[in-house]
Parts: sequence; C-alpha cells; structure tokens
Amino acid sequence: MIQLIDLTKSFQMGEETITAVNHVNFQAEKGEFISIVGPSGSGKSTLMNILGLLDTADSGTYLLNQEDVTTLSDNQQAVIRNAKIGFVFQSFHLLPRINALENVMVPLLYHGYSEKQAREKALFYLDKVNLLGREKHLPKQLSGGQQQRVAIARALSCDPEIILADEPTGALDSKTGTEIMGLMERLNEGGQTIVVITHDMSVAKRARRVVEMHDGNLKEGEDPQ
Amino acid sequence: MSLLLTIKLALTNIRTNKLRSGLTMLGLIIGIASVIILVGIGKGATESVTNEMSGLGADLLTVYIYDGQTTISYSDLDDFLGLPNIDAIAPYKSLSASVSRGNVKLEYFNLLATNENYLDVMGYDLGEGRPFSEIDIENSTKAVIIGNSIAEKLFNLTDPLGKTIKINGDDYTVVGTLTAGSSMSEADNILLVPLTTAKYLGSNTAVSQLYLKTDNAENVDGAAKEVKSYVETNYNIDSDSLNVYTNTGILESMKEVSAQLSLLLGGIAGISLIVGGIGIMNVMLVSVTERTREIGIRKSLGAKRRDISKQFLIESLVLSLLGGIIGILTGIGCGALINTIVAYLGYSHIFALSPGVVVLSFSVSAAVGLIFGSFPSYRAACLRPIDALKQE
Ligand SMILES: Nc1ncnc2c1ncn2[C@@H]1O[C@H](COP(=O)(O)OP(=O)(O)O)[C@@H](O)[C@H]1O
Ligand SMILES: [Mg+2]
Repeated sequence: MIQLIDLTKSFQMGEETITAVNHVNFQAEKGEFISIVGPSGSGKSTLMNILGLLDTADSGTYLLNQEDVTTLSDNQQAVIRNAKIGFVFQSFHLLPRINALENVMVPLLYHGYSEKQAREKALFYLDKVNLLGREKHLPKQLSGGQQQRVAIARALSCDPEIILADEPTGALDSKTGTEIMGLMERLNEGGQTIVVITHDMSVAKRARRVVEMHDGNLKEGEDPQ
Repeated sequence: MSLLLTIKLALTNIRTNKLRSGLTMLGLIIGIASVIILVGIGKGATESVTNEMSGLGADLLTVYIYDGQTTISYSDLDDFLGLPNIDAIAPYKSLSASVSRGNVKLEYFNLLATNENYLDVMGYDLGEGRPFSEIDIENSTKAVIIGNSIAEKLFNLTDPLGKTIKINGDDYTVVGTLTAGSSMSEADNILLVPLTTAKYLGSNTAVSQLYLKTDNAENVDGAAKEVKSYVETNYNIDSDSLNVYTNTGILESMKEVSAQLSLLLGGIAGISLIVGGIGIMNVMLVSVTERTREIGIRKSLGAKRRDISKQFLIESLVLSLLGGIIGILTGIGCGALINTIVAYLGYSHIFALSPGVVVLSFSVSAAVGLIFGSFPSYRAACLRPIDALKQE
C-alpha cells in the first residue's frame, strides 16, 4: 500500500548538511501495525512527515496505492491528507479555541460533509474513543490522555487508510500511555493500518512489526514475538 | 467548508480577541464616522451656501422691457408660470411719490408697487406683521410694507404696525415691516405697496419689469432663453429692447466653492480610510503569524489553500464590515448630536445626511476588508504545512 523507494531528505544547517533520511526503502501493507524506533535525531519524524505529505523528499519515490504522490499539486496533496491519512502528534495539536466535538469535525467539514453529518460522524468517533459526555469541553479542560483520544478520534474521522502517530505517548504518563497504545491496538485489530514512532521499546513491542532508524538509515528489526 | 461556517468561525475568532478586534475596528470606525460627518457637514454647508446664494438672486431672472411703450398687462402675467422651471412671478413698478407722517416728509421717494410674491422672490424676510395677499391686490388695499430704515425715519422708536402714513395725501396702513437686512441688503430702504394701488399714484397695473424665480439656480440659463423668446414672439419686441438678466456669475462661484469643499473633505476622508485599512492589514498579519500553528494543523487535516485564504479573508471582511456599520451609526449619531447642539445655540442645521454616502461607506468598508485582507490571507495560504506546524 505504501512504498518508499530510495528516499532521501537532507537539511542545510549553515555549512553543514544533515541527511535526516538517507536512501530509505520501506513498505507497509494494509492492516499492518508498524512501529519505528530509534534514538532522538535519527530521522523518524522527518520520515513520517514525508509519509504524511506534510514535507517533501529531495529525491526518491513515494507510491501510495501505486500512485506516485511526490509530483502532486498542493491541493491534491491536501485532499490525500484529508481522506487517506490520519495524524496523531506527540503534543496533540488540537485547535485550542474550539471544543472537542468541533475539533473532530474539522477534517469532516474540509471533506465536504454538511455540519449535521459532520457532527454525527464526530460523535460516533468520540464514542469510539470513549469520550462521549466530554464533547463540549475545550482542549484545556481535558487531561492529556483525553486530549490524545480526541486527536485519535479526529485522525479516524474521515476513515483514513493509514494512521501516522509520532510519539503519541511521549507527553503522557506511563499508565495513560499504555491506555492509548491499547486503544491503537484495538483499532488495528479492527483492520486499521497504523505506523507509530516511538523511542520507548515497551511501546514499540506492542506493534507487530518494528523497524529501526539510525542516522537516517532504516533497518528492519527482529520480530518482537 | 461552507460560507456560513466560515463566517461563524470568523466571528468566534473576532470574539476571542475582543480587545484587539475592537481596537482595529476603532480605526475604521473613526474613519467611516468622519467620512459620514465631514461629507454631511459639507453637504449641509453647501445647502446653506445655496440658500444664501439664492437670497442673492442666483435663481432669479430679471425681465426688463425698455422700448418705452410695450408693457405686460396684469392679467397676462400668469402665462409666465406656464414656462419651464418658472416658479413665481413678481412684477414691479417703480413710482415716485411723496411719503409723510406727521412732520417727517420724504419727497420724490421711490416706492415699489408689486404683488404678494415679491418678498419671497427677492428673499426678504418679513419681521413683523403680514405680507401682501391676493386680496390686497384685488381690492387695491391701501397697505404698505416698509423696510427697517424707513420705519426708523417715520416712526422713530415706536411700533409702526397698524399705524398709517400718507402717500401723495392718501392714508396707507402699515401691515408689515422687514427685518433689518444684512450688509448687502437693499431691504432696509424699501417701501412696498400693492401693484394695483398704482392707479392712485398716477400710473396703471401694466408692467415692463418683472422678477421671475426659477425652481433651481441650475436652471436659470435655460429658463432665461425660454423667457426671452417667449416675450419676443408674444409681445413683438426686437431683442435690442429686451433684457433678461441672470446672475450666473454667482452660480459659478457657488459651484466652485462646493466642489472645492467636497474635494477637501473627500481627501481627508480618503486618508482616514487608508489609515483604517492599514490597521486591518496589520492586525490580520499579526493574526496570521500568531496562528501559524493553527494553519499548520488545519493543513495537516486537509485544508486546501483556498480554505485557509477564505478563512482569513472572511475574517478581515467581517471585521471591516462590523467596523463600517458601527462607524456609519456613530457618524449619523454624531451628526444628529451636532445638529441638536447647533439648534440649541440658535443656528440652523449644519449636518445633512446623504444616503449615497452611507451606501458608499459600506462598500468602502467591504473593499478595505478585501484589499487589505488579501495579502495576509495569501501569506497564510502559501505556508508549507510542515513549516507551519513546527512554528512555536
Ligand atoms: N527543519 C529542519 N531544519 C534543520 N534540521 C532539521 C530540521 N528538521 C529536522 N532536522 C534535523 O534532522 C535530523 C532528524 O530529525 P528528526 O526527524 O526530527 O528526528 P527524530 O524524530 O528521530 O528525533 C536531526 O538532526 C534534526 O536536527
Ligand atoms: Mg521526532
């Protein structure tokens, strides 16, 4: 479903050139639960931003369902982000001035659903992450774990092909983190394709496949089972 | 995302930044309000200048037949009202008579025999008493209206109303006096009698001089031509023996004054609107910078460029239209207040609201919002999602 061929991305820092992603080949199939591990600064986030069409690679090919997405226009990429990709970030990235329900509605409204349809769907996904009753709360009125669950509901709202989560438990205490990972596992059991970035091995172990990054290089890890 | 939702979103954002939105709008409110007030005062001033100028005869035609024999009979005068743009007729005859009261005697005094329209046509104000009526003209009533200086000469400091004076030996009752005129006024030395009393003073009611009042100073030139050809054909006079005067010079300078006034006020108003617009642009730019992360999040959730630009453009539009509406209301309120104060001080109104300016101000506010909002929204729309997300 996802195929990266010889993908490279580097940053210029003054005199120095940092190659954050170095000739990476990677493949993910529908229904997989993959975790990407590696030390800080190894290029995990950069790779995920490229996977999520938030950033572009310098060279290489990115095929999404056999379609080359590197050459698409801004607007076409926006449509793919909206319909096919769901993001979960370490710092939640909820819009602070609108409530939980409205946050989940945002991608649905960009998708073209009417306000009424969007509300119904958003409530459905808030129910799925066990947050019914909190939908009128502003993000700052929710705990970290609750905020991350709103973010997951939002990522799920347009029924994406893949969920990309960049250290989703990084800002949470370990008990809440375990809950969030449990939620991810259940979603995966329901057929949802998920890629999780983490540097916490106990988190990574819950995935069925682990890949490691080191200085921009990607290496298939041992089967955790 | 639908337009309605985008407007709702804009209102939410404006409300969450009440102070800043208020201050931004204040710039525009002051701008629009001053447009309304300045243009209103300009219009009010032009109106009172026009009135003043009409008093000086800018809307007046003077018809003068001087071949020495042709006259217009009293009964034919109404025909002039059938001509285009002619509102009123005041025929007059200048007669010489001896005027006296007690010991005070004015020999060979020039008095005017005229009709009930004279005061209005000449723009003279009746101070006390009553004007002539049609009945005075019909009955040849021995009535007289006198100017301020005459009243002083004949009556010293006593009230002349209802008292009699002698004209060529006959008793005439004073029915009205004129208010003391301004410096330019000839009204102070005037003595009026009904046209038909001319027969007691050695003359008749046929006239060779008359004033015609037009409906508007603008139409004076056209009306003059009509009147001239009408008199020429109907009274068989060659154009050398006929004069139709106008005061177009006054009209020209009046137009010039009001054009310059409008230009000046328009300029001031324009500057204040630009200042208001820059205020809006400034706030929208700050708002874009401040909400870079929000833009990043929205883009990661599938917002297209046009979704983002629409959001900011509509926010700027809502901001400027709100400011515009409040400004219009403030301007109208201040104008009404000015008029109230001025009325209290005993002057006539100086603020006149024109609907055109309200419509224009509203359109200008919308234009300001669109023009000064478009650059910030374009900036926001062009941000790369990753750069926007990483912004703190
Ligand atoms: N916008 C950027 N400009 C310059 N260097 C960057 C930028 N983003 C990432 N990098 C560098 O690229 C490398 C990989 O970063 P990142 O992908 O965030 O790593 P990880 O997520 O594994 O911690 C790091 O050395 C980081 O400093
Ligand atoms: Mg990272």
